[in-house]
Amino acid sequence: MRISTLAYSIRQGLKNIRRNKLFSIASIGTIAACVFLLGIFYAIVTNFTHIVDNAEEQITITVFFTNGNTEEYKAEHEAIGEQILANPDVADIKYTSSQEAWDEYKGVYFGEREELAEGFGDDNPLANSASYTVYLKDIDKQSEVVSFLKGLDGIRDVNYSESTAETLSDFGKLAGYISVGIIIILLAVGIFLISNTIMIGISVRKEEIGIMKLIGATDYFVRSPFVVEGVLIGLVGATIPLVLLYFIYEKIIGYVMSQFSTLQSFIDFLPTNQIFKIMIPIGLLIGAGIGFIGSKISIRKHLRV
Amino acid sequence: MILLEDVNKTYSQGAPALNGISLKIEKGEFVFIVGNSGSGKSTLIKLLLKELEPTKGRICVNNRDLGKMKRREVPRFRREIGIVFQDFRLLKDRNVYDNIAFAQKVIEKPNRSIKKRVPQVLTQVGLSEKYKSFPKELSGGEQQRVALARALVNGPSILLADEPTGNLDPKNSWEIMKLLEEVNKRGTTVVVVTHNREIVDAMQKRVITMNKGVIVSDEEKGGHYYADKYVSL
Repeated sequence: MRISTLAYSIRQGLKNIRRNKLFSIASIGTIAACVFLLGIFYAIVTNFTHIVDNAEEQITITVFFTNGNTEEYKAEHEAIGEQILANPDVADIKYTSSQEAWDEYKGVYFGEREELAEGFGDDNPLANSASYTVYLKDIDKQSEVVSFLKGLDGIRDVNYSESTAETLSDFGKLAGYISVGIIIILLAVGIFLISNTIMIGISVRKEEIGIMKLIGATDYFVRSPFVVEGVLIGLVGATIPLVLLYFIYEKIIGYVMSQFSTLQSFIDFLPTNQIFKIMIPIGLLIGAGIGFIGSKISIRKHLRV
Repeated sequence: MILLEDVNKTYSQGAPALNGISLKIEKGEFVFIVGNSGSGKSTLIKLLLKELEPTKGRICVNNRDLGKMKRREVPRFRREIGIVFQDFRLLKDRNVYDNIAFAQKVIEKPNRSIKKRVPQVLTQVGLSEKYKSFPKELSGGEQQRVALARALVNGPSILLADEPTGNLDPKNSWEIMKLLEEVNKRGTTVVVVTHNREIVDAMQKRVITMNKGVIVSDEEKGGHYYADKYVSL
């Protein structure tokens, strides 16, 4: 595209926006509302996913050995460990030796009153309780991994929490479905409204488009000012809610964290910058995309001259 | 060069608008097409611009078969053809200069060459004084001259004029016709669809007469009297 053509398209695009001021403002408002809702939604879903992810990381499977004594069966345990790690759904494993199990138990149950444990002397009541903690890549795969572990030789018991994993995984899926649904609806509404605005601009300039086509303008040349108009409306419409959301998010997170400090122990909100690092480009892209598609749809049938 | 071979055009309902038209117009010719309303003249112009597709037959313009032309090739093809309408079709919100410059912008000419070319063509149509005026400030004759300048600015090899004097008084009609004749002398093929009996008679050019979608006469150096034999206008 020539620079003069680009300048022409931008000038005409701006002129169209000025000419249909009221509808342009209405479109900017609609896109702003769409992006605002999408933004709120995005912030909620990402935070929710973040919290679920954190919770998922806590979900592990514990595997106990038939011969659980570390001192006697270390080599056997290592061999089993290699087999577990070979499973593609397993992210990592952590070995807890018999001694570590006992130390941990003592820490939890006797706390500072270590003298209570002294009665055991050098005996380790958990001598047979070495274990692996298995971390999963995806908690959806928990039941598969559990049956895999149960099938291994030398395994006495497999401990896991089925209901927690299922609930979290269902929550994750539900959030995914709802977000896709809402995003599709909002995008469709945005495209519909912007294409109506552009359509008004086109009907005003129908004669001009007809003349342009008859004197040899390419579709691309006729279309450019309208596409510029749509994309500009989209970008302005996206910028306003993004700026608003930035400040609102910061305020809300700050408020929630200061007012309900107890929440901090189990809920960890994503920091503003981390959310907006992704939300700003996505928001602008969505705004520009709605404008681009909306203007293309509305001008298409007028080009058939 | 314009060539039509057995061209038919039927709209979705009613009798055919064109029925078996065969016609050849050589490069550099000046041709009048006459006939009463509904004779198919405007349909013919639309077919030549590839605004419409024929139902049957072959149309070649400047050695290009319009039936085989792809949609994306149409804009470039139209740039070789200038078009003037009865109702001028100027852009009302732009002055004379911008109306003409617009035709060059549309084909993406650089600004430098637009600034050079537009005054040339304004002088050619005798409007160099009024380049800042808006269409509503001009007389019908002046508006048509702007339209003609717009049609000529890209240096077309063919100029199609659809009733160019239809809205003009005799004096202005003659001025437009003289300009068209001048354009023709410079080598552009000119095809004029008209009702203007006086002009057709006086200019003694080739006259093609149409009636109900067929060519009823085609005379070299003819007058409107040929049309009178077949058609009451």
